[in-house]
Amino acid sequence: MTAALEVRGLTTRFETRGGDVTAVNNVSFSVEKGRILGLVGESGSGKSVTGFSILGLIDPPGEVCAGEVLVDGNDLRKLSDEDMRKMRGNRVAMVFQDPMMTLNPVLRVGDQMAMAVRVHRKMSKAEAWEESRKALDTVGIPSPEERLRAYPHQLSGGMRQRVAIAMALLHSPAVIIADEATTALDVSIQGQILAEVRDLADRTGAAIVWITHDLAVVSSLADDICVMYAGRIVERGTAEQVIGQPRHPYTKGLLDSIPARHEPGTPLPQIPGSTPQLSRLPSGCPFRPRCPRATEVCATEPPVVTVDGQTVLCHHPLERT
Amino acid sequence: MFGYLVGRLSQAVVVVFVMSVIVFVGVYAIGNPIDVMIDPGATAEIRENLIRQYGLDQPLWRQYFTFIANVFQGDLGNSMVYNIPVTSLVFSRLPATLELVMVSVFIASVIGIPAGLYAGYKPNSIAAKLIMALSVLGFSVPTFWIGMLLIMGFAVELGWLPSGGRGAVGDFLWFKTSLATSDGWAHVIMPAINLSLFKMGLLIRLTRAGMVEAMGAEYVRFARAQGLPDREIVFSHILRNISIPVVTVFGLELGSTLAFAVVTETVFNWPGVGKLIIDSILQLDRPVMVSYLVMVVVLFVFINLTVDLIYARLDPRVRLKGGS
Amino acid sequence: MSETLIPGGNTLAVPAAPPAETRVMRMRNFWSDYRRSWVAIAALIVIVALIVGSFGAPWLVPQDPYDLANLDWLDAFLPPGTEGSGGYVHILGTDNAGRDMLSAILYGLRTSFVIGISAGALALTVGITIGLTAAYFGGRIEAFLMRIVDLQLSMPAILLALVMVAMLGQGVAQIILALVVAQYAYFARTTHGAASVERRKDYIEAARSTPLPTRRIMFKHLLPNVLPPLIVVATVQVASAISLEATLSFLGVGLPLTEPSLGTLISNGFKYIHAGRPWLSIYPGLFLMVTVVAINLVGDQVRTVIDPRNSR
Repeated sequence: MTAALEVRGLTTRFETRGGDVTAVNNVSFSVEKGRILGLVGESGSGKSVTGFSILGLIDPPGEVCAGEVLVDGNDLRKLSDEDMRKMRGNRVAMVFQDPMMTLNPVLRVGDQMAMAVRVHRKMSKAEAWEESRKALDTVGIPSPEERLRAYPHQLSGGMRQRVAIAMALLHSPAVIIADEATTALDVSIQGQILAEVRDLADRTGAAIVWITHDLAVVSSLADDICVMYAGRIVERGTAEQVIGQPRHPYTKGLLDSIPARHEPGTPLPQIPGSTPQLSRLPSGCPFRPRCPRATEVCATEPPVVTVDGQTVLCHHPLERT
Repeated sequence: MFGYLVGRLSQAVVVVFVMSVIVFVGVYAIGNPIDVMIDPGATAEIRENLIRQYGLDQPLWRQYFTFIANVFQGDLGNSMVYNIPVTSLVFSRLPATLELVMVSVFIASVIGIPAGLYAGYKPNSIAAKLIMALSVLGFSVPTFWIGMLLIMGFAVELGWLPSGGRGAVGDFLWFKTSLATSDGWAHVIMPAINLSLFKMGLLIRLTRAGMVEAMGAEYVRFARAQGLPDREIVFSHILRNISIPVVTVFGLELGSTLAFAVVTETVFNWPGVGKLIIDSILQLDRPVMVSYLVMVVVLFVFINLTVDLIYARLDPRVRLKGGS
Repeated sequence: MSETLIPGGNTLAVPAAPPAETRVMRMRNFWSDYRRSWVAIAALIVIVALIVGSFGAPWLVPQDPYDLANLDWLDAFLPPGTEGSGGYVHILGTDNAGRDMLSAILYGLRTSFVIGISAGALALTVGITIGLTAAYFGGRIEAFLMRIVDLQLSMPAILLALVMVAMLGQGVAQIILALVVAQYAYFARTTHGAASVERRKDYIEAARSTPLPTRRIMFKHLLPNVLPPLIVVATVQVASAISLEATLSFLGVGLPLTEPSLGTLISNGFKYIHAGRPWLSIYPGLFLMVTVVAINLVGDQVRTVIDPRNSR
């Protein structure tokens, strides 16, 4: 079966004062229909830029300079600007991090939703409004008519994020990219939304890319996980593989520093050092300066090691037990 | 809403009262107006009579209260120079000023707002940089000098337009205006452009800043992620957001355009209230000065209130509350 | 164009209070950012040249244009480039009194600078004091002071200045006072805005809990943090003061005709624009325009450099 979304060798650069910076470096992954892929990394690892690159929403001074983005087998990067625009929100939708900011504060929710409906489907305003109402119903928003007439600031954060998710669902897209979609929410609401998203993927068959810094969130949600570091995917595999048997030292470090997985009373291990600046990456493996397993060979490009579909970009991957 | 209006109005009354006192006392401090009015050779008796006639022998506070009492009866006193009631003097000059201000505000908006939007939409284009350079000129080059250059160019050298004064007045609906005649337009266009430049520069910068900020806003990115075309994003999303600060400043600047009309009217010899106030300062015509200034303060307070109300209409997040 | 958000660069660095060396470094950074606009460099050079030219005028130009003994009626209305009775060329011509225009303009420019800078400095001082007082004490004092400031800000400066000159009469000191009254509110508002943000930060609370005198906290701790936006306001206000003075003088309510001022020169020349003697008003106006635009351009660049939001 073909993947709903397949990304091959995606590379995005930004021109900055200190020289070119490769924010997304040769990233490849694929998501099948109804599956959820967790894209995990610290802030600045390039995971959000990956999301925007897929949608073709990188503005100068940034540029997607290589790679393919296949949706239903079509390469989005080969489309004209206008055709790409028609894909956005229609076949590929995105949900953003901050529900406070993603809705226009001075327009009613219904007006914004109706606009999103009518941009891809010819229909009257009243019909679009009705479509929006149905969409709000789907994501479990009580009394949707009232919500449509409200302004964004009159809704709670969780409600707003549900609206944003409903907007992403309007045209039953093949792919939904959710960028830190629950990070700004309370834990209890986060849990509800995650359950709904899981249900959504099963029901509609949409492929979901769930971008987050929170490994705990994806471990319960995603089918597959990609771990990003400094613009590269350093480990890729099923959720069970990556969480249960991490092979990259960075993934291991991330997992060890999750408090819930750790025995209380003993000091919580941390990854030494901090996220590297992309403009000043070391040669070879970018994780080298922080890695407990690093040796001289790590100054050269790390090899791709694949065992049972679990791929690691490392000279010294952890042994499988 | 009602409580808010009452609060604002009582505030406005206090402001007007305080300003009228300051203006009255301040203006009183200028030399003795009687000296201006009468022939230096006049007898002391004539002098005394005149002083009494204008109430100048009374203590300051009494003069003020007489003034205020008269104001409430619609009497702002008589001009010392023209010897006619100030109210009729001001009202005879007001239409000319309003014509000028309206035309210039119109020019400033229809050019300034689109130019600013464009400059914000494509901030790195050459056109945008040109627009911004012009806007800097627009509000840093002194109005009176530009006015003079306009006269030199279009009136003296080219002879296309009259160098000053107001044109023939025609009938429009139930009032008389020079905007109803082509001669009137020939006269108003140059001063109006002159007066509009400052405001135009300001509007350009304001809309550009709003546009740049909005273009980077998360909701615009989200709208793009939904596949909305740029056109629709600009017209349906951004314009509504930008309109809030633009309307606010626009309203406030309406008042300053009125004030700057003083300069333009002097340069173009435009017979409006601005020219009247300058003449009255030069001639120490006290009642005219006081009335003009109090009138302007009232106008300002009124404009501010209107702007606040419009603001609340445009921005759903603002809820009007009583008091401040 | 300048600072782009580097996707990997947003590591959380907490800026500590800047020690002396970094202040020098900040100055150096400021300068390296500033000079990236050649327009701004040119504007700065123009301003320096104009200041040197106007304050050095007594040594640079052939006559003191406001000493009546130097003037000769026979030299009246000489077009630019003509040699007059003094045996030197009047580069910018002469006026109706036979005054050398270039000399008069430079003397006038000096008056403009004196008025603009002293009005700006005084307004800055008054504005800072009021703004800091309001922000520091809060409560009723703040409400009262800022209400007045807001009220004044809602009035155009030219109107306030007109009221003031109507009260005070003509003269350099009167004009300066009028301009201070018309402009201090901008400084007060800016100071208050920046200071009330700073005031809520922990370090001021910490300083307040020590027995340091109030004045010291205000000026030593608050002031340095509100200074950057004030610098921008100050440049803009100096330009606006110069322009306002010229406007008032042009209207005949500013400086008397006997004082050298760009406004009075232009006003005087305005009488002769129909008489084919445009140089009388064009040249002083040109100097005025160049001065004001140059100051504004410098202010613009300073704003761009110190305000990260303005970087494109």
